[in-house]
Amino acid sequence: MSLIDTYRAYRARPKAIRRTDLASQWQLMWWRFRKHRMAMLGMILLGLFGVCVLFPEPISPYAPFERNSKYVAGAPMMPHFFEADGTFHPRPFVYGVKSERDPVTLKLRHTRDETKIWEIAFFVKGDPYHLFGLIPLDIHLFGTREGFIHLFGTDFTGLDIFSRTIHACRVSLSVGLVGVLVSFVLGAAIGGAAGYFGGQFDNIVMRIIEFIRSIPTLPLWLALAAALPRDWGPLPTYLAVTAILALLGWTWLARTVRSKLLATRHEDFVLAAKLSGCSDSRIIRRHLLPSFMSYLIVDTSIAFPEILLAETSLSFLGLGLREPVESWGVLLYAAQSIRSVDQAPWLMIPGLFVIVAVLAFNFLGDGLRDAADPYSK
Amino acid sequence: MAEARDNVLDVETLSIALRQDDATVPIVEDISFSLARGEVLALVGESGSGKSLTALSLMQLLSKELAITKGRILLHAADGGVTDIVGLGANGRAIEAIRGRRMGMIFQEPMSSFSPIHTIGAQIAEVAMIHEKVTREEARRRAAELLAKVGIPDPVRALDRYPQEFSGGMRQRAMIARALICGPGLLIADEPTTALDVTIQSQILDLMRKLKNELGMAILFITHDLGIVAQMADRVAIMYSGRIVESGPVRDIFRRPVHPYTRALLEAVPRLGDIDRHRKIRPIAGSIPNIFDVPQGCRFHPRCPAAQLPRCAEAPPPRYDAGRHHVSCIHGAEELGR
Repeated sequence: MSLIDTYRAYRARPKAIRRTDLASQWQLMWWRFRKHRMAMLGMILLGLFGVCVLFPEPISPYAPFERNSKYVAGAPMMPHFFEADGTFHPRPFVYGVKSERDPVTLKLRHTRDETKIWEIAFFVKGDPYHLFGLIPLDIHLFGTREGFIHLFGTDFTGLDIFSRTIHACRVSLSVGLVGVLVSFVLGAAIGGAAGYFGGQFDNIVMRIIEFIRSIPTLPLWLALAAALPRDWGPLPTYLAVTAILALLGWTWLARTVRSKLLATRHEDFVLAAKLSGCSDSRIIRRHLLPSFMSYLIVDTSIAFPEILLAETSLSFLGLGLREPVESWGVLLYAAQSIRSVDQAPWLMIPGLFVIVAVLAFNFLGDGLRDAADPYSK
Repeated sequence: MAEARDNVLDVETLSIALRQDDATVPIVEDISFSLARGEVLALVGESGSGKSLTALSLMQLLSKELAITKGRILLHAADGGVTDIVGLGANGRAIEAIRGRRMGMIFQEPMSSFSPIHTIGAQIAEVAMIHEKVTREEARRRAAELLAKVGIPDPVRALDRYPQEFSGGMRQRAMIARALICGPGLLIADEPTTALDVTIQSQILDLMRKLKNELGMAILFITHDLGIVAQMADRVAIMYSGRIVESGPVRDIFRRPVHPYTRALLEAVPRLGDIDRHRKIRPIAGSIPNIFDVPQGCRFHPRCPAAQLPRCAEAPPPRYDAGRHHVSCIHGAEELGR
């Protein structure tokens, strides 16, 4: 097709013709990103997590602190479409639960009662809550009108693990997000200044970064987290844990930014900006950093799981967040004992969420890295 | 004299040195010149003679290893106020307020002097927004006005183009617009046409001349092309190895060059008809001295056909003046007197 034909076709149906030489950089990135299946999957999963972060209350059937005394340490209940005799049930349902005491140990045992069918209903009324802390509501995405539903089972106090895991998305992912944002700002500012000014300042900053990176991370986190007073409430602890992770996490980005700035600070357009009277910080912010923003985004998406895992490991070890805050690490902390491994292995389900979230971020970062360089084959 | 001529810029005995571990190596020594409103001064010299450094020092943009060691750079405001650029230091608000507002600068590389990630319009408007705190719309309007003035077709649409969509000549025009948006009294042009082809070159020179007459600013024009000097400049200063060896009105210098270096430079310019007249271009023998090992006395003496040894090698040459024609050479007295 000659250039003129292409141009005519483009004028006629601009969306249908893809001309790499007419596309903006973000368009090129998007086209390339879309071809990366795993990255798309990662993005969809993260979108779902995002929904959980925004609306945990309507998604989960119960409030995270609501105890179900009729179903303590109960196993996950599977939704079904077919009854035991094979008849199709258009509305999904869970089987009822029969509870009885073990005559020897006096322990409450739950068994599935296949004669009782509890239908799953959507948009049912349930525990009241305030959406975003403001709007009073009591609608839940799903639930049952009679009986109860615990998709991931319950813990030893009868709390619904599914509801708690969904609620935990908010804390776990926001620690990661805030941590990454703070370390992004710190890294870009400190690395930017080091690369731009160079000389003695650069030297000192680089030595500090090497020092921070030479300390093994886990013991360092532990030491800092252990230094937090035990009597702090959930919110100060949450902020402190985020701050610790951010203050140690900026070094990776600072290095990238520094090396990029070292390479670009002598470009003529920097001199031209100086000649126009731009201040140094304006040159770094407006002229230098945006020129490799795509790399920064990629780096950030790859760094995200590190902070997520850091928070989870701290809480898992009992040094980060603690009950009553819900985070995946806090939920897993409860799954450590032999008793729970033996009697309630479903307490470990939040771990799957951690794995899925980390993988999703890695896929996304992978796809973004490929997409950031659209001309590479 | 200075007052009568309504000066924009006075540079007095400016010296620039390279700081090494413990020694300082002088690179530009005792340069003095002045520029009146609406005047074009050409600073001419070979590569390495220090002319670009002189230009950068006017903006306090020397790299860290270089420093102004002596002298004053006096910038006169329209209302009569005087600022000593040397006293402002290389950093801080005071000097930033001067760059781009009181002095504009364009340089050799129109290809890379715009950041590739912002539109032309944003980069021109930025200057007005920084210095005059105008709104984005107002700055854009003025940028479009300037683009029209520098002869860019369809200036409003050009605002939203990226630098890589512009040709070299258009980019140099946009660069001029960026330098002039705040209406500076002085434009420093560091070889602005070297990277352009001859047609574009003459267009840009015409444009600069037109804008100078319209806006009444002074231009410090740095070049090694004597043809451009003849077209553009009112006065010319010839630099050699960090010193001004001869300066004066363009007519005087081109008609009656005194310094042997100036003469040699003029001999080295090709002219139309050279072949018919069997005239050969005579290059200047030797090359410009290494700054770490400059000759004693007159710096040109090792290459000078008229050198009188040992006098020229012993002491710096005396300076002779005849009206506005100055020359630093032992032959100055007799030659100027003639």
